[in-house]
Amino acid sequence: MSTVTENLYLLTPEFLLAALALLVFALDLVLPESRKTWLAWIGMAGLTALAIFSVRMLAGRTESLYGGLLAVDQFSLFFKVFFMGLGVFIILSSVDFVKQHLSHPGEFYGILLFSILGMNMMAQARELVTAYIALELLSFSLYVLTAYARGNPKSNEAALKYIIIGAFSTAVLLYGISMIYSVAGSTHFDALAETLSSPGQAGPVLWVGVAFLVAGLGFKLAAVPFHMWAPDVYEGAPLPVTAYLAIASKAGAAALALRLISEGLVPAREVWPHWQIILAALAAASMLVGNLVALAQRNLKRLMAYSSIGHVGYLLAGMAALNIGGGMAANGIIFYLVGYAATSLVVFAALISFFNQTGQEEIADLAGLADRQPLLAAAIAIGLFSLAGLPIFAGFTIKFYLFAAVAQGGFLWLAGLAIFSSLISLYYYLQVIRQMYIQPVPGTAPDASGHGEEPSHTASHGQAVAGHASETAAAALRTPTGMLLAVVVAGLVAVLALGVYPGPLLEAIERASQVILPGI
Amino acid sequence: MDFFTAIEQSALFLIVLAPIAGALLTMFTSRERPQDAWHFAILVSAITLALSIFIFVQYDFRAGGYQLTHIFRWLGYPLDINLSLGVDGIAAPLVLLNGIILFGGVLVAQTIKRRSRDFFVLLLALGGGVFGVFVVRDLFFLFFFYELAVLPMYLLIGVWGSSTDFGTFRRTKEYGAMKLMLFLVAGSVLIWVGILALYVQAWKAGAPTFDMSTLAEMAQRGDFSEGLQRWVFPLFMIGFGVLAGLWPFHTWSPDGHVAAPTAVSMLHAGVLMKLGAYGIIRVGMELTPAGAEAWMPVLIGLGTVNVLYGAFSAMSQGDLKYVIGYSSVSHMGYVIMGIATLHPIGVGGAVLQMFSHGIMTALMFVLVGAIYDRAHIRDINVLNGLVKRMGAATFFFAIAGLASLGLPGLSGFVAEFMVFTGAFKEYLPLAVLAVAGAAVTAVYILRLLARSFFGEADPRWAHLTDLSPVEKGVAGAFVLILIAVGVWPEPLLRVINTGVASLLKVF
Repeated sequence: MSTVTENLYLLTPEFLLAALALLVFALDLVLPESRKTWLAWIGMAGLTALAIFSVRMLAGRTESLYGGLLAVDQFSLFFKVFFMGLGVFIILSSVDFVKQHLSHPGEFYGILLFSILGMNMMAQARELVTAYIALELLSFSLYVLTAYARGNPKSNEAALKYIIIGAFSTAVLLYGISMIYSVAGSTHFDALAETLSSPGQAGPVLWVGVAFLVAGLGFKLAAVPFHMWAPDVYEGAPLPVTAYLAIASKAGAAALALRLISEGLVPAREVWPHWQIILAALAAASMLVGNLVALAQRNLKRLMAYSSIGHVGYLLAGMAALNIGGGMAANGIIFYLVGYAATSLVVFAALISFFNQTGQEEIADLAGLADRQPLLAAAIAIGLFSLAGLPIFAGFTIKFYLFAAVAQGGFLWLAGLAIFSSLISLYYYLQVIRQMYIQPVPGTAPDASGHGEEPSHTASHGQAVAGHASETAAAALRTPTGMLLAVVVAGLVAVLALGVYPGPLLEAIERASQVILPGI
Repeated sequence: MDFFTAIEQSALFLIVLAPIAGALLTMFTSRERPQDAWHFAILVSAITLALSIFIFVQYDFRAGGYQLTHIFRWLGYPLDINLSLGVDGIAAPLVLLNGIILFGGVLVAQTIKRRSRDFFVLLLALGGGVFGVFVVRDLFFLFFFYELAVLPMYLLIGVWGSSTDFGTFRRTKEYGAMKLMLFLVAGSVLIWVGILALYVQAWKAGAPTFDMSTLAEMAQRGDFSEGLQRWVFPLFMIGFGVLAGLWPFHTWSPDGHVAAPTAVSMLHAGVLMKLGAYGIIRVGMELTPAGAEAWMPVLIGLGTVNVLYGAFSAMSQGDLKYVIGYSSVSHMGYVIMGIATLHPIGVGGAVLQMFSHGIMTALMFVLVGAIYDRAHIRDINVLNGLVKRMGAATFFFAIAGLASLGLPGLSGFVAEFMVFTGAFKEYLPLAVLAVAGAAVTAVYILRLLARSFFGEADPRWAHLTDLSPVEKGVAGAFVLILIAVGVWPEPLLRVINTGVASLLKVF
């Protein structure tokens, strides 16, 4: 086989994914309106098949394509499978939502598939321009998806903000790339490292270039101070898209950043410590600002937006702790991404189910959910406890691993700050749990069983109020539909499994991170 | 392998697994028949009680050291985390204590009517977490179970607790639950940082591990510098101290007690606060001995403040649960003082006090809960003459109160006497103050007994019924334990002493 065909062969999964997306678009033209759900099933079946196919085809291979533009290795394979798996669950949780609230389901699923292709390429890119193109494929898909609720002005506003800020950050990123190219004469990640460590060339232009690069990626990750767009976009976007933004697009950007930093910055031993400080500062700012501002939120989507900014802070702390010969931080970041994704899926799937039935998305709307729909309440509560980092859930294990890695990488103070901001996050997560479990169902009398110190006559008065108000009380909700239930249950199983038995997953992660940071 | 050896080898694993698996299984009981959940929880807690008795009896005090050990591989290099199990002479009595109180708590939780299934799920998870902390030998899992024991408290108090209106101010259950949760998790922030600091140090010394036995050896070899130990120990001291009710971080405790339902108060004051003291011993003293030695004068001072502050606060309270809540703070002060003496008798007294106070305070909460369920009031200025209607409750409460003020013949006396003896050697003034604290305890306990339980019968309380058979059984068993330990503490003490002796070898 010649090099060209070999290269093409190695990209088969990507070609097939693109074909799958196009197939969904094409079928959309011929399928009658009542059968559009098929497209979702085709998308999910295709993604599942592709994930299995990728593993069978690429397991154990480490190849560099097109003179080092793309890497088909265990790192990219891990993320490919991760992204495609996430895609399946996101589609699964969108089907009902799309049917109820959105028009043009065909394009929705097709664009979603294209965005997954973008993320797959991001995990494989070893060169700045390639990375940029992959990133744009993801971003443009997300712009469209954000605007998908066409009748909803909030959705339009969000998309507009997202496009403008996205375009701005893209410009910053491109400018950074061009500056790096002007000094290094190459846009490969490893060339960046070489140039950074050669004393003659590492002038201010290169520094500014790398700074722009970091800023551009910071926008995509929604790290403080580049986070301003996130809450508005999360709030305006349709709920499944919010979930997708919070989980997948973040993981994609993190995968790219992880490889870029590991191959482009860490090997430049002399200057890496400076960038470590900068990343640590960004991390500290993200955790504190994200978690503190989350305290003041009333809308569930905005709460999740700020909370996700906080979680990006933890990821950045892990990036700051990356080091030659210490793959633990890379493991920690990937492990965190997986655990965070599983946990967030549970929360978002439950919120989507709630929204589908009530159309509400304020925190106060969840009042009494434990009585109205115990399963949803339990799922959200477990998800939030996990996000706050409590055992026996994934959140505890991933945080422990990541923070141990951060401490081991020489940033004990940052780990301490991360642990402290987890405490802050616990407060607002508990506020949501309080609404669901402690607050009465709206329209009923305050909890009649928790007899306070009041004498008995007020209790009978309370009874009367309860009897009167029960007519206006919010009705009980149904259990989630089959598809959302599947996501919730699968997510809960994953959250528990990662919480108590993460060994097998960590072995896979270890294989992935070995590629980008060899030699523990 | 016969049945007995099989149980022996896996007893520690089973005692952690049983409540947690039981909690998961309780979720599948019928929602329509809440009694099922209760019965199932009784079954599970009876199994854990049997296991805890087995573990305690099986512990060979002549051999000492860690027994019933077992290691389950969990994560390899670079973290090296394993579920390593083992009990020593300090942990074994506490395992027994938790077994007793979990069983008693589940029994009296019959009165929980609303969403009772969820209640037992959380209660069993809490019990599992507590067992876990007592039996693991790995820092990661110790912390894991520690947090697991804290996690259910928010919902247990927030959903099933009670709000109280004191006229001038209100203490809602949400307030109590949130305050408790934030205090305890703030404590665990410090603990977590301390654990990571030790791990990083172990990693630098070439053996990254969370195994506590290895870390303790490293501490003795001098791999942890004294400077490091001096700033890490206070993290553990305050972090675990929050849960132990260490002054001035105790304020969550009375508020939490007051808001919590009976079974939760029992576990909370009976064993959960002991986790804090146990953590100071197990993690603080074992892994950072030099730091512990440097900080002990501070700790004993804080412990003395605990004793006095708790006792005087209890004296000025008008609410029965607040009295007992502050009395717990005061009694935990003796535990803290005993630990800080670093003297075999003092530390032994502290561990015995943990056991004795656990039973005693659980007994008090059973009784207060029973009174509150019937009278819907806990104000000691309003309640009076309860003895006429609730004779059994009064009798049991009197014994608990006498144990609390340290009457010879009851368990509290032995424990407190040992603590004083340990403290007299080096900290004479503080020991004198602590004895004075015991006198204050006598004042508020006797006053409480005289005012609420004895005194004239009040027609308002004529409708009260005495304890139910279940409550009588639980309270009676607790009283028997108090008397047994008071009269013949030897079976407990010989186990405790082996543990304390090997703990204090490094000092």
